Amino acid sequence: MFQTSKELFPGDDVEEIQVGIADFKVGRNPSVLITLGLGSCVGVSLYDAVQKVGGLIHIMLPRMAEFEKRVNKPAKFADTGIPLLLEEVLKLGANRRLLEAKIAGGAQMFTGADQKFKLNIGERNIAVVRETLKNLGIRIAAEDVGGSRGRTMVLDTTTGRVMVRVPGSHIKEI
Amino acid sequence: MEQYVDALQEIGNIGIGNAATALADILRTRINVTVPRATFVPIEEVFTVVGKVEDLVVAVVLRVEGGINGTILFVFPEASALELVVQLLGTRYDTIQEVDEMGQSVLMEVGNVLAGSFLNAISAMTQLTFIPAVPMLAFDMLGSVISGALSGSGMVEDQVLLIETVLFEEGYTVAGDFFLFFDPGSLAALLRALGLDGQTV
Repeated sequence: MFQTSKELFPGDDVEEIQVGIADFKVGRNPSVLITLGLGSCVGVSLYDAVQKVGGLIHIMLPRMAEFEKRVNKPAKFADTGIPLLLEEVLKLGANRRLLEAKIAGGAQMFTGADQKFKLNIGERNIAVVRETLKNLGIRIAAEDVGGSRGRTMVLDTTTGRVMVRVPGSHIKEI
Repeated sequence: MEQYVDALQEIGNIGIGNAATALADILRTRINVTVPRATFVPIEEVFTVVGKVEDLVVAVVLRVEGGINGTILFVFPEASALELVVQLLGTRYDTIQEVDEMGQSVLMEVGNVLAGSFLNAISAMTQLTFIPAVPMLAFDMLGSVISGALSGSGMVEDQVLLIETVLFEEGYTVAGDFFLFFDPGSLAALLRALGLDGQTV
């Protein structure tokens, strides 16, 4: 288990499901979904508190259409990834009307003067995540976005709690 | 892909050897390097390959364009970064947050020197020209630095080619990790320049 989830669930036998970059996973009670290293990337969790099922996605970039067509991994993008996550959570038995989203990430990680580097990618990721969720009719229950620090995000499918950790500080619930 | 790993490790070896010499020169000490590891992984598995993604690090990030495009990362633990500042600037800070603009600029310059000498060695070998951009700095967990560097460079490929090595001073007072991520298409260009058939990549 990772350091963060060890701290959150000491001595627990809860299954830990890791979500990589440009990846999404779904799970049902009891399990813990965790994504590490959200920098300018945005983590989006969906959760149904009645069925106790949820999912988590680690989005890298805002819109698929903005990038050249070498791409076949829709989970990388906010506009194509979130609908996929939704589909999988529904397959697991979630009720669409009860789903709530929480989002974290979208930081501006680097300081420096490289003009070509996409420094505002975090902000754009956040904007497209919000827009995509709105179009899908999913309410955002909590956010911890922006700033300059990276984050680790954890969804506990037993309670629906979403915890966020910034390196060097305590874990907090959003 | 596997058949190119040896060639890529060798490129990494030559490049990083040159970078280590440059760092040894400015620190007036001996710098060792480990044998580079070249890995080709799906993007969602990058963290699994890199390991220690929750560790706090100081990272210097540089975009590289020209003969090949990619992103170079030098990653130092906080203590090593502070030691670099002491050795180069003579100023001791207790934490990285205290490091002022001058100290930050020194760290970015270290990144510049390392990247420049790395690229020079590869350029001499391949006849390709590289233009490194100005360095950028971050202090954060390793995972966020890597994902931030990949998305900031508009990384859209589903596979990541990564060359990784460790540089360390005698006694490990300064130790750092080097990462090179290639952009889509750049690997093929590099292999062609080396006289290897890169079409299948």
